[in-house]
Amino acid sequence: MDVKQQKLNKEYQIYVQRKMPKSNLLRDCILAFLVGGLICTIGQAVNNFGKSYFNLNTEEASAFTAIVMIFIGALLTGLGVYDDIGKYGGAGSVVPITGFANSIVSPAMEFKKEGYVFGVGSKLFSIAGPVLVYGITASVLVGLIYFFVK
Amino acid sequence: MAKHRLGGQTIKLENPPCILSRATIVGKKEGQGPLGEYFDVVLEDSLWGEKTWEKAECRMYQEAAKMAITRAGKQPQDINYLFGGDLLNQIITANLAARSLGIPFFGLYGACSTLTESMSLGAMVISAGYADLVLCVTSSHFCTAERQYRFPLEMGTQRPPTAQWTVTGAGAFLLSNHMKPPYITHITTGKVIDYGITDTNNMGAAMAPAAAATIKAHFEDTQQGPDAYDLIVTGDLGRFGRELTIDLLKKEGYDISDRLIDCGCEIYSKDQDVHAGGSGCGCSAVVFGAYILRKMEEGVYKRILLLSTGALLSTTSCQQGESIPGIAHAVTIDMDRG
Repeated sequence: MDVKQQKLNKEYQIYVQRKMPKSNLLRDCILAFLVGGLICTIGQAVNNFGKSYFNLNTEEASAFTAIVMIFIGALLTGLGVYDDIGKYGGAGSVVPITGFANSIVSPAMEFKKEGYVFGVGSKLFSIAGPVLVYGITASVLVGLIYFFVK
Repeated sequence: MAKHRLGGQTIKLENPPCILSRATIVGKKEGQGPLGEYFDVVLEDSLWGEKTWEKAECRMYQEAAKMAITRAGKQPQDINYLFGGDLLNQIITANLAARSLGIPFFGLYGACSTLTESMSLGAMVISAGYADLVLCVTSSHFCTAERQYRFPLEMGTQRPPTAQWTVTGAGAFLLSNHMKPPYITHITTGKVIDYGITDTNNMGAAMAPAAAATIKAHFEDTQQGPDAYDLIVTGDLGRFGRELTIDLLKKEGYDISDRLIDCGCEIYSKDQDVHAGGSGCGCSAVVFGAYILRKMEEGVYKRILLLSTGALLSTTSCQQGESIPGIAHAVTIDMDRG
């Protein structure tokens, strides 16, 4: 690419960046806080319920909460509601464990048409896969550091 | 220089072919938009009774083609060539539809510019005397495009304000050497232009330079300005791409702000939550076929310039950081044979 074209491109890119509307960051942050907060509050309520009603200890209650929240996330995805929550909630609906359920159930629904092996099987983790790879890698690293520092 | 060439990119057709008949099929959301009453068929859901969205898109493509043929009182075997394409990998919709239509077929890929690409080639073939009847068909489907280019539909994602909504729709146009307006009189073939835009959620900005370049080339080659047209119609630049095109042409000394409309801006209303507007091969096909041509027949517009605009990207090219090249092909549609 010659220098003149590069300059032209740069000018255009700057111009486009200035002209294009930005997402409303403040509104998105508030909505993410409210939606994410609501999901976590429900999670806490489930946790408390498990502890008081089923007499679960802290560890058992955590597992119980995760199971219930994943089920709710998957159910709402299947009912076609979770994508609407995501549209408003943004990161608030992606970060909690319900968002993880959504990212696994939505490709499962979508790619069923390509069969159970090359559709559901291979596409199931197409979105959640990177989260698992880097999440697990990070936890191993943190674990190692903890092991030596302790 | 060849006899009928004007300047660098334009030809003036010696025997301008006419658009003998046409058909448009759209999805439910498009039917609920401001142009809903103009479309021939509005689907009730995105599957149209088929097992997959891909099958539904293919059926839209076929049915639109058949409808255009029947309306002209012809049979598929009367048609000399089928020019067409769509957005899916290996233009599979067009290929599968051509399998059952049984018309000699040229498959085209110009992303969303495929409509005017197919009309350009079809018009040249007829004008040169190689065919009497040529069918041009393009289609796109929101659900098939979304799963190929983006995320699963039920995935909870947020779209930025510049994102566009792929139109579910198919348009078919039967070109012939009859004497029946409207005619295709000029063709300006676009060059691939890339100003280094990499944001796949901002196709309008990627395509605007291509649209502006083709319009400018057309004006220069034909030695006419915006005044020669009642309307300049772009395919799917969307709200912001349209503004960018106007700005780019203003710098070149052409003011088209009073006559530039974009099919992507017209097909949906603001409250339909489509952000910057519609996009896709079907966008310009259904808006031009259903609305613009109707208005031309009613005498509202006499001469228009139609440009379908394409963003020539693939999922691989984006992930590897390649910028998005744009293209725009223009055809002049005139009620007068010239």
